[in-house]
Amino acid sequence: MEQAKALKTKEKTQEKKHQRTKAEKKELLFSWLCLVPSIIGILIFFVAPFVVVGKYSVIDNVISNNFVGLENFKKLFENNAFKIAAKNTGVFTAIAIPLAIVFSLLLALLLDKKIPLKSQLRTCFLCPLMVPVASVVLVWQVIFSYHGALNDTLEKYGIASIDWLNSKWAIGVVTIMFLWKTLGYNMILFMSALNNMPMDLIEVADLEGASRMYKFFKIRLRYLSPTIVFVLLFSLINSFKIFREVFLITGGYPSTELYMLQHFMNNTFESLDYQKLSAAAVVLALAMIVIIGIVFALENKFGSDVEE
Amino acid sequence: MDSVKKKKKSFAWFKSKTAIIFYTVVAIFFAMFFVVPTVVTIADSFMSETEITANYGSVFPDKKSNSYISKSIKIKIIPDKVTFDQYIEVLFKNSQYLLKFWNSVILTVPITIFQLVIASFTAYGFSRCRGKLKEIIFFAYVIINLMPYQVTLVPNYLVCDKLGILDTRWAVLLPGIFSPFAVFLLTKVMRRIPSAYIEAAKLDGAGEWRIFTMVFMPMCKSSLVSVGMLVFIDYWNMVEQPLILMKDSTKYPLSVFLSEINSGDIALAFAVATIYMIPTLLMFLIGEEALVEGIAYSGGIKG
Repeated sequence: MEQAKALKTKEKTQEKKHQRTKAEKKELLFSWLCLVPSIIGILIFFVAPFVVVGKYSVIDNVISNNFVGLENFKKLFENNAFKIAAKNTGVFTAIAIPLAIVFSLLLALLLDKKIPLKSQLRTCFLCPLMVPVASVVLVWQVIFSYHGALNDTLEKYGIASIDWLNSKWAIGVVTIMFLWKTLGYNMILFMSALNNMPMDLIEVADLEGASRMYKFFKIRLRYLSPTIVFVLLFSLINSFKIFREVFLITGGYPSTELYMLQHFMNNTFESLDYQKLSAAAVVLALAMIVIIGIVFALENKFGSDVEE
Repeated sequence: MDSVKKKKKSFAWFKSKTAIIFYTVVAIFFAMFFVVPTVVTIADSFMSETEITANYGSVFPDKKSNSYISKSIKIKIIPDKVTFDQYIEVLFKNSQYLLKFWNSVILTVPITIFQLVIASFTAYGFSRCRGKLKEIIFFAYVIINLMPYQVTLVPNYLVCDKLGILDTRWAVLLPGIFSPFAVFLLTKVMRRIPSAYIEAAKLDGAGEWRIFTMVFMPMCKSSLVSVGMLVFIDYWNMVEQPLILMKDSTKYPLSVFLSEINSGDIALAFAVATIYMIPTLLMFLIGEEALVEGIAYSGGIKG
C-alpha cells in the first residue's frame, strides 16, 4: 500500500519537477526502502487493529455484527465504573501536571545558579528515572501505609493518622510518586532550554534597566514556552504510566479514589467485553488527539518566533 | 544609568553569598527526597529478616503468625548487622526469582536491540529526501507515539489474537519492537546532521549504504545509547503488557512478580528489588552524560 502510494507521488513530483538524475533516484529509493519494515510493523500492530477497534465500537457484538451507531458510547458514559475512573484520571492529571511543570522548572533554575555540587545534584534528581518502579514500591508502602512512617511521624506531633492510600489523599500520594519519577527528565529539558537562552537579549535588557521580574516573565519565560508546552505533553503521556505504581501497591481493585481509567480498561479486558473496551479506547484516543491538537497549536503560537 | 545601578542593588541579594548557601541547602534537601527511597531499598536488602520484621512490623504482617507484630516503624539506612542471607536465598537457594529476572531480560533486551535497529533505518529514511508524504507519515508516528498504552493495548491484543501469538512472549515482543518511540527521537537527531557531511561523503564516492553506516551511525552514537537506555527502562518497568497479553504467570517479568512477594517474604523482597535495579542503575551511572544529552535532544515536538 505505502509503496504504491510512494511510487505514485514519486511519479507526480517527477512530472512536475525536473527529471531526476540516476543518483537522486537511487537515493530516494533507498530512503523509502529504509522505511518499509517499520511501516509494515506499524500498520500490522497499530494502525490496522485500531481500525478494527473503531469498527467494534459501533457494532452490537462480534458475532452478529449489527451496526448500532453510538449505542456503545452511550452505555459507556452511563457506566459508573467508567465515570469514576474518568473523574479520578482527570483530577490526577489536573493536579499532577501543573505541579510537574512548576517544580521541574524550579529545579532547573536552581541548578542554573552558581551553586556547588551541581553535577552530583543533577545525578540525584535524574536517578529515579532509571530506578525500576517495582523496586521502590516497597518503600512507598513503608511510608504511606496506615501504620507507616508518615503517620508514625505525624502522630508524634499529635496529628491523627490518615489512611493515605484509601481516602481522598490517595491522589496526592500518587502525585508525589509521579513527581519523584518524572521531575528529573523534565528538569533536563528545562536546563537545556536555559542553556540555549540568548544571553545577548538579557544583556540588552540589563542595559535598558529592565527589572528582574520583567526579565524573567517577558524574556526567560517567553523563550522557555516551547519547552513548557513539550513538558506538558510529555508529562501527560507519563501520567498514564502511573498505573504501574498504583497497580503494584494496591492490585487490580484499589479503593474508589484510586480507580483509574487504566484499571477500568484492564478489568474490562478480563471480562472480554470488546464493545465496552473498544468504545473506551476510541474515547481515550479522541481525547488525546484533541489535547495533542491544542498542544501543537500552542507550540505554533509560542514557538514560531523563538525557534533557532 | 543611575536607576540601573539602584535596581541592581535592590536585587543584589539574589546573587549574594547567603543566597547561594540558601539555594544549595534547598537543592540538597530536594536531592535527599529523590535519593532516599532508592538508598533505603538497597540498605534494607542487607538487613536480617528479624531486623526487617522488627522495623516494618506495623506495615507488613509477620510471615508465620500473619499478624502485625509491632505498632511503630523505623526507617534505618544502616543495618544493625550486615547480612547476605537474603541474597544467598534469592541467588542460590530459590530459583524462582532468578527465573523471573530472566523473564524480564528475555523480553527487554530483544525489544531494546531490535527497536533500535529498525528505528535507525526508519529514522534515516525519514531524514533523507524529505517530501510531503514522508512528513505526513512521520506525523502519524508522532501521534501513535503519544498514545497511552491503554489505547494501543486493545489493538495489540486483537492483532496478537489473530496471529495466534497471544499468551506467548511474541505478543509482548513484536509490538515493542515496532513501537515508534525510538524512531521519533532518532529522526530528530538525524535531521540535525548538516547536509555538508553527506555532500562530502558523496564526493568521496560513498553510496547510500556507506553514508548510513559511516556518516549517520557514528554521529548518532550517543543518541543511540540514550534512546537505548530509555527504551530499556521503559520495558524493564512493564506491567500492563504482560498482564493483558500473557496469561501464563510463570512467564511474567520480575516487575509484575515483585508485587506478589511483598506481603510474605518482605526481607527477601528488598533483596530482589535491589537486584532488579542493578542493571538500570549501572547503565545510568555509566551513561549519564549520554542520557542527559539524549533527553535534551528530545525536547520539542517537531523534528
